[in-house]
Amino acid sequence: MESYLFPFDSLICMLLGISFTVWFTLLLVFIIVPAIFGVSFGIRRVYMKSLIKLFEWATLRMERGAKEKNQHLYKPYSNGIIAKEPVSLEQEIQEMRRGSAEPEFDMSDIFYFCRRGVESIVDDEVTKRFTAEELESWNLLTRSNYNFHHISTRLTALWGMGVLIRYGFLLPLRMKNYLSDKVHLMCYRICVRALTAIITYHDSENKPKNGGICVANHTSPIDVIILASDGCYAMVGQVHGGLMGVIQRAMVKACPHIWFERSEVKDRHLVAKRLSDHVADESKLPILIFPEGTCINNTSVMMFKKGSFEIGCTVYPVAIKYDPRFGDAFWNSSKFGMVNYLLHMMSSWAIVCSVWYLPPMSRMEGEDAVQFANRVKAAIARKGGLADLLWDGGLKRGKVKEVFKEEQQKLYSKVLVGSSEDRSRS
Amino acid sequence: MGSTNSTLLKIPNVEVLMQETGFSPAHIIRLHDRFKALDKEGRGHLCPHDFGAIKELAMNPIGDRIIGAFFSPGKETVDFHTFVKILAHFRPVDKDRPKEPNSPEPINSRSNKLKFAFQLYDQDKDGKISRDELLQVLRAMLGMQVTDEQLESIADRTIQEADLDRDDTISFEEFRKACKHKRFTMFRFCIRPGERKLMLTLCHWSSELQDQHEL
Repeated sequence: MESYLFPFDSLICMLLGISFTVWFTLLLVFIIVPAIFGVSFGIRRVYMKSLIKLFEWATLRMERGAKEKNQHLYKPYSNGIIAKEPVSLEQEIQEMRRGSAEPEFDMSDIFYFCRRGVESIVDDEVTKRFTAEELESWNLLTRSNYNFHHISTRLTALWGMGVLIRYGFLLPLRMKNYLSDKVHLMCYRICVRALTAIITYHDSENKPKNGGICVANHTSPIDVIILASDGCYAMVGQVHGGLMGVIQRAMVKACPHIWFERSEVKDRHLVAKRLSDHVADESKLPILIFPEGTCINNTSVMMFKKGSFEIGCTVYPVAIKYDPRFGDAFWNSSKFGMVNYLLHMMSSWAIVCSVWYLPPMSRMEGEDAVQFANRVKAAIARKGGLADLLWDGGLKRGKVKEVFKEEQQKLYSKVLVGSSEDRSRS
Repeated sequence: MGSTNSTLLKIPNVEVLMQETGFSPAHIIRLHDRFKALDKEGRGHLCPHDFGAIKELAMNPIGDRIIGAFFSPGKETVDFHTFVKILAHFRPVDKDRPKEPNSPEPINSRSNKLKFAFQLYDQDKDGKISRDELLQVLRAMLGMQVTDEQLESIADRTIQEADLDRDDTISFEEFRKACKHKRFTMFRFCIRPGERKLMLTLCHWSSELQDQHEL
């Protein structure tokens, strides 16, 4: 019996050894070497295309399965529960009043506010921005799917294989790559490849230059890697604890970065001074800032904090948009910790995103910081195809300001009081 | 479907709920997800504080009244059933519903919708809207944008027009009559078959039509 096992054992060992060596060589040849030279084999694009076809097939299969059972495919929150028509308060009230002669206060006016209120209970814009964007087609990641069940053996097998590949192959690959490199650009480029990130850089002629500030919308810490693999930046950000802190400290050794404690951030003058000093020094790298202040789920751009726009130097806006079909890059920091998030990231299919470098902007005469910030925000939102929201990213943590309620009251009173003025005139 | 059924099973008495409210399984699941999302601490019920966390609702002039409508007097929590039942008020009226004399009125009947709106005015629940209560609602909806005199004159005129029995308050019947010929928008939950998205759309609904079907 024993003698029977031994050759079998050694056979297994041999096979394992060979496959490991082969795997390692492939790794070296296809990943590390090209990363050093910045050459791409185009394998990743092929990979991406085949993934898309796969997902579409999987979704069709699920829909067919659903139709057979005569049920509707449940897709949570696609574009929100309620498709609100963009009708303003005045229009709605006037519609309501169409039956009656005079546009004056009516008991039924309360229905308008009532409906708006209940709509927001069922679904609201802000919370939606802070939950991960849901997908129409299932991308074989259970975490973005509500319908997983045994529709067909083929699909399950495919999913099983997907799991094996992702956790057994892609994940260790990325772990290894992610931790082992030190050199700045090479380090980031490898990270980019490790995440199987397929990044398209548009308009590289507008790339940020020294002595300026680079401003981008923020979805995840990966944004940093993506931008930094295409150019050198000085980072500004909040000091994180844990794994992120380790990475930050390592980065500081390579280039002069600016890290702040969260409490220090409150001292705006200190922040502004440090930033302006850095910017004034022409030899220093451009500062990379994410003015939204928090990770947004990449469907919209929230209000930019005006601090970085007060410094008065050239601003280079950059728009980053992720393709959500391949893996949701959004980091909900109030829900997931860093390691959890990294695990999610590493075991997604790929990160596909586009980066647009916008032409530099400076503050114009007579424009204050807030207006300038809004102008930059609008440009970024337009370029990236993201919704330009007035909402403050800080709403994820803070309370809504009284001023918004007043807006509603003002609009409504205009409808009423405006009309009663007409009446008194006649 | 596998997981949808299993989610439904987790909700107690879901069959009864669907029957009472008229929501489809897909709607119930959606609302359940929303309920869980609002219930950040995972207690299985909502309290006023959870509603208060919804930014758009905090921005609504009558937001606190709407929140109050979810909580029956004396109760400080809302469970999923109550949540769904109250939202059921906002489903469109079932025009094809057969008139059964013994069955209870559906939650989304025109009459119940009006009752819901009425209670937003009538905070002390005495069945009448007093001048004071009317003033409070007006103040909430208009804020500091109008003067006290303007507010009083609006209130006076409204009561004058609506108060038919001259008791200086507006009862539910008078309220119903005052809203009779108005068209008011509700939102409608609907599924469009053949489309890949589950969409709920807004629709206008004429009150004149409804009058003919309702008592």
